[in-house]
Amino acid sequence: MNLNRRDFLKASGGLIVTFNLRAQGPVQGSPPLNQLDSWISIAADGSITAYSGKEELGQGISTAQQQLVAEELSVPFQRVKLIYCDTALTPDQAHTSGSQSHPANFNSDNLGQAGATAREALFRMASQKLGVPVDRLIATDGVITVKGNESQRVTYGQLVEGKKFSLALDPKAKRKSPSQWTVLGKPIPRPDLPQLVTGKFEFVHNVRLPGMLHGRVVRPPSIGATVANVDESSVAGMPGVLKIVVKKNFIGVVTEKPWQAIQAAGKLKVAWNPGPPLPDSATFHDSLRKLPARDTLMVDSEDVDAKLSGGATVLEATYLHPYQMHGSMGSSCAVADVQGDRATIYSATQAVWYQKSTSAMILGLKPENVHVIFRRGSGCYGVNGADTVTYDAAILSQAVGKPVRVQLTRKDEMAFENYGPAYVIDQRASLDASGNITTWNHESWSPGLGNRPGTNRPGNIITGYLLGFPPADFAPRSSGPVSARVNNNSNAVPSYFAAVTGVVQSGRVLTHAVESRFFTGPLRSPARLQNTFAHESFMDELAAQVKADPVEYRLRHLRDARLKEVLQAAAKTANWETRPSPKPGNRKTGLASGRGAASVLYEGDNGYTALVAEIEVNQDTGKIVVKRMVAASDVGPISNPDGLRNQVEGGALQGLSRCLGEEVTWDSEKITSVDWRTYHSLPLGFAVPKIEAVLINRTEGEVMGAGETSITLVAAAIGNAIFDATGARIRQVPFTAERIKAALAARA
Amino acid sequence: MAITLKVNGRSHTLDLDPATPLLYALSDDLQLNGPKFGCGLGQCGACTVIVKGQAVRSCVTTVESVEGDDITTLEGLGTPDKPHPIQQAFVNEQAAQCGFCLNGVIMTAKAFLDKNPKATEAEIQQAMSTVLCRCFTNVRMLRAIQRYGR
Repeated sequence: MNLNRRDFLKASGGLIVTFNLRAQGPVQGSPPLNQLDSWISIAADGSITAYSGKEELGQGISTAQQQLVAEELSVPFQRVKLIYCDTALTPDQAHTSGSQSHPANFNSDNLGQAGATAREALFRMASQKLGVPVDRLIATDGVITVKGNESQRVTYGQLVEGKKFSLALDPKAKRKSPSQWTVLGKPIPRPDLPQLVTGKFEFVHNVRLPGMLHGRVVRPPSIGATVANVDESSVAGMPGVLKIVVKKNFIGVVTEKPWQAIQAAGKLKVAWNPGPPLPDSATFHDSLRKLPARDTLMVDSEDVDAKLSGGATVLEATYLHPYQMHGSMGSSCAVADVQGDRATIYSATQAVWYQKSTSAMILGLKPENVHVIFRRGSGCYGVNGADTVTYDAAILSQAVGKPVRVQLTRKDEMAFENYGPAYVIDQRASLDASGNITTWNHESWSPGLGNRPGTNRPGNIITGYLLGFPPADFAPRSSGPVSARVNNNSNAVPSYFAAVTGVVQSGRVLTHAVESRFFTGPLRSPARLQNTFAHESFMDELAAQVKADPVEYRLRHLRDARLKEVLQAAAKTANWETRPSPKPGNRKTGLASGRGAASVLYEGDNGYTALVAEIEVNQDTGKIVVKRMVAASDVGPISNPDGLRNQVEGGALQGLSRCLGEEVTWDSEKITSVDWRTYHSLPLGFAVPKIEAVLINRTEGEVMGAGETSITLVAAAIGNAIFDATGARIRQVPFTAERIKAALAARA
Repeated sequence: MAITLKVNGRSHTLDLDPATPLLYALSDDLQLNGPKFGCGLGQCGACTVIVKGQAVRSCVTTVESVEGDDITTLEGLGTPDKPHPIQQAFVNEQAAQCGFCLNGVIMTAKAFLDKNPKATEAEIQQAMSTVLCRCFTNVRMLRAIQRYGR
């Protein structure tokens, strides 16, 4: 029996289809992106199902996508059912990442264009059926009627009759403009909340298959350690233990019940050959400068050295950022059912299709026989343990031929995830007699190892690596010539360069990628956050040097009208007082208050954002309290203002936690930040600042991403506010009390 | 051995190692989705349940120690159709991102506010400093808790 996708949906009513599919037969390939039927189906009863390759991680995108389809099809929000990220059902849209879901599905192609294509097709069908030209028809609530004669009507269900559209996406199909929106643009509540707050929602952690067993993995003490010996007799006779699985350096246990797996994994005696020692953490940042590097010259006006040595005023500063982690709330979990030559996998991965191709590699199966179904996990901000635990579950399930659920321990989650990378950033700039920037030299060093697995690199994450797959090659090389087109999607190029959004004609941007001893990957605002911390702090230092107001100084060096406007909007809402920093009259002891600003065009083209922070520093203890954050954003037409606010608020506070306390730590042998006592997150209850999101709803033009905007600015805005309050400049994240005290002590 | 757990008003007799943490009995044997494994160390709150009116970390509480006690999980408060007022407050404030932490946040807040109905904002903040939300939905969640407190 080989049912097609539509038959499954008819038979099963949508979401539960995935369970039927597993039993039914061969896994189908992903539906093609250019076909309307890949995106939208209308059943005979008029119910509408939309399919998307962009998943809900908690960022609210499923609500917005449901609004998008309802809007284009002129039906109420509730009428649309959305299915996302199932490799047998939904179009392959690669990752859900990089703030790309809105650009991908709300602009001129994919899901939004499918909605418009479907609406126009329905109008053509209705025109034929009712014998009335298209321009005399209107659609309301899934019914097309003749203007002025509402008795002449036909429903979508009657038009489609449960058949396929069999149409290509029409790039000319006319999209509704924001001025016409009745569903998009509204703060529609998230439909998943009633289930979430009552414990009815099914996370991947709650997937339970018949006959499911439980696994745990036993990780090495550090990356590079290898298995010397596994003493299976150490767990002999323990209740429920079914199998010890050893494959190269991967070790796991499978038991009947979860508590048994935890106990067995703890008891299993493994001797490891230690890996190479870890770098000395005291000299770590400096050591990056000396490693073999892969260099990229992004900008070079070739006059930078001359300008810096010409006797002008030159400022220089070095900024340091640590490795940081996702530290997801729940440790990662997956459920896999590998039987014979096929696999069904429930995963919280941000890339079901890449999980499919790389799981096939580690299992030795054909990719077409691997079916990956997204189930939400604990909040992921790039690549947490979700992908690696999916491999864990797949390998253990294959070893026993039964469904296996694996959840990582807190320590395994934190010690082996793909961290957001550390950075060393040197900035140098020269100023003319009026204080304007004449050249800016940016040079950075950043360690990397692995990444998302992509289509064929399972070794980019810990489990694939332990199974013997190598991470992506690292080949040092000197920089080639500057590319003609500036690619600023890591925000390495400062906003103030004429090549991007500013006016400064002279500058150089040289980056050095070096090899990391820890796995790294894209952690929310990857590289953009680190680079922007350095740029927006340094810009403040330049403004202070010439006694200019920090906002005015930025505006003076910017050209892009939208970036200027977003900065002005944040400053205005914050009642920004125009004057240079530091704040006059502050004492050098006790409490001191101050404010700081920062702004950026995220990725050079994906979200205008500005932030003003107001803080109070206790100069005796080095502790800071953030009183208020004003975050302005312009991300084009806003599809759901409350969803956007939620992202802006969450980003600002996550940025605050990363700025104040979060830092991966290690000793000579192992990672030592392995739980919530050793990795310092802000808790739910702390002196939460007042957060005001200023939303500029730009109804003309393209939709941009919003998930990584406010977080990118927090460290710079807070650092600038500390300087404003105290005259002390802090250049290393996180801003711990010790570092703040040291900066205060170093004041002139 | 046979252990009897009284969960959300119903008694269940289960064959368990008495040292099993309560969380596994709830999420595996009783197939409840509310309490969650976050850290297994009692540090994050994701596994919180209410036992005899107290917020308890079920990941570090043995089944033996709560045998026969009244145990309430998130499911025991209300349903999507008939949510408990504190659950409704979270819906009204749209106080979630991924939602994984909600169990710990709601159960901790409920146990605290039921005992301290006149708690100040600072006291609520203090009580909620024992739980985490790594998506940082703090603003909305604290607002929802205060809405319920009123």
